[in-house]
Amino acid sequence: MSAEQPPRHASRGSDRAARPRRVSVVGVLGELLLTAGALILLFLGWQLWWNDAIMAGQQSAAASDLGAEWLEEGKAARGDAPAPDPATYGDPVVGPATYGDGEAFAVMYVPRFGEDSQRRVAEGTGLNVLNSTELGIGHYPGTQMPGQVGNFAIASHRSAYGGGMHEIEQLQLGDAIYIQTADGWYTYRFRDFEYVTPSTVDVLAPVPHHPDLQPTDRVVTLTSCNPLYSTAERIIAYGVLESWQPSTAGPPAEIADVVATWGS
Amino acid sequence: MYGALWRVLPGPVWVRILLVLILLVAVVFVLFTWVFPWVDGIINPIEVTVDT
Repeated sequence: MSAEQPPRHASRGSDRAARPRRVSVVGVLGELLLTAGALILLFLGWQLWWNDAIMAGQQSAAASDLGAEWLEEGKAARGDAPAPDPATYGDPVVGPATYGDGEAFAVMYVPRFGEDSQRRVAEGTGLNVLNSTELGIGHYPGTQMPGQVGNFAIASHRSAYGGGMHEIEQLQLGDAIYIQTADGWYTYRFRDFEYVTPSTVDVLAPVPHHPDLQPTDRVVTLTSCNPLYSTAERIIAYGVLESWQPSTAGPPAEIADVVATWGS
Repeated sequence: MYGALWRVLPGPVWVRILLVLILLVAVVFVLFTWVFPWVDGIINPIEVTVDT
């Protein structure tokens, strides 16, 4: 303690002016710790809400641009001809068996996930796809392609980075999972959920969980993290192909209104 | 630390509060625009795929 301290009864103003400024180590340490805590909370807020919302907007805009492009191509290919008869659609057309890493080849739209939930589907499940500002959904290389007999398996974030599968747990039996490619529209119907450990790669098999069986169904498999905000488990959503229509036939009637707003 | 900042700022209390708020917005802007994206690229804790 300094001997020069003014007497306690001095007025507050002169007290403040006269007292030498002392910086306490504990005080500074406390302020640094408080700052660190605030920074971590701020970072979480940025990651889970701010950046998530920005990336969701970018990814959905990129997806609707691509979807609108394919839509225009379909219209141009049809020209003035009347809409094709559904009886002539035949078996689903399957595109190339593989694409370059990070190459977008499809758009997924799930009405249950809400407005602007469309996302580009690209080859590969690396961060260059999942954390991209224009992609968002990754196709597991080696699994089947949209419309193909077997398993079209894809992954996306459930929280942060645009959350392409943020609402995955909201899916209800029979919900539509639309996959659009340059060839046309594949309508899958959600069937059931499964919760597995992160190492359960059998869910990606052509017949999920039965790698030795020969597939006869056309299945879609969505994988994301579970529980929300955790990476302890994976949530798996299975769907089965219900129908297919070529791009010349336009989008499925139920979503024609929504799709018409894409790219504008 | 923050006490020193408060004393360095000029003007009456309401001016100082305004200055602190402006500083705070500037700091958050720098964090959101440059610092957090950079930190995020380093830690990347979220995994959504099944893998062995």
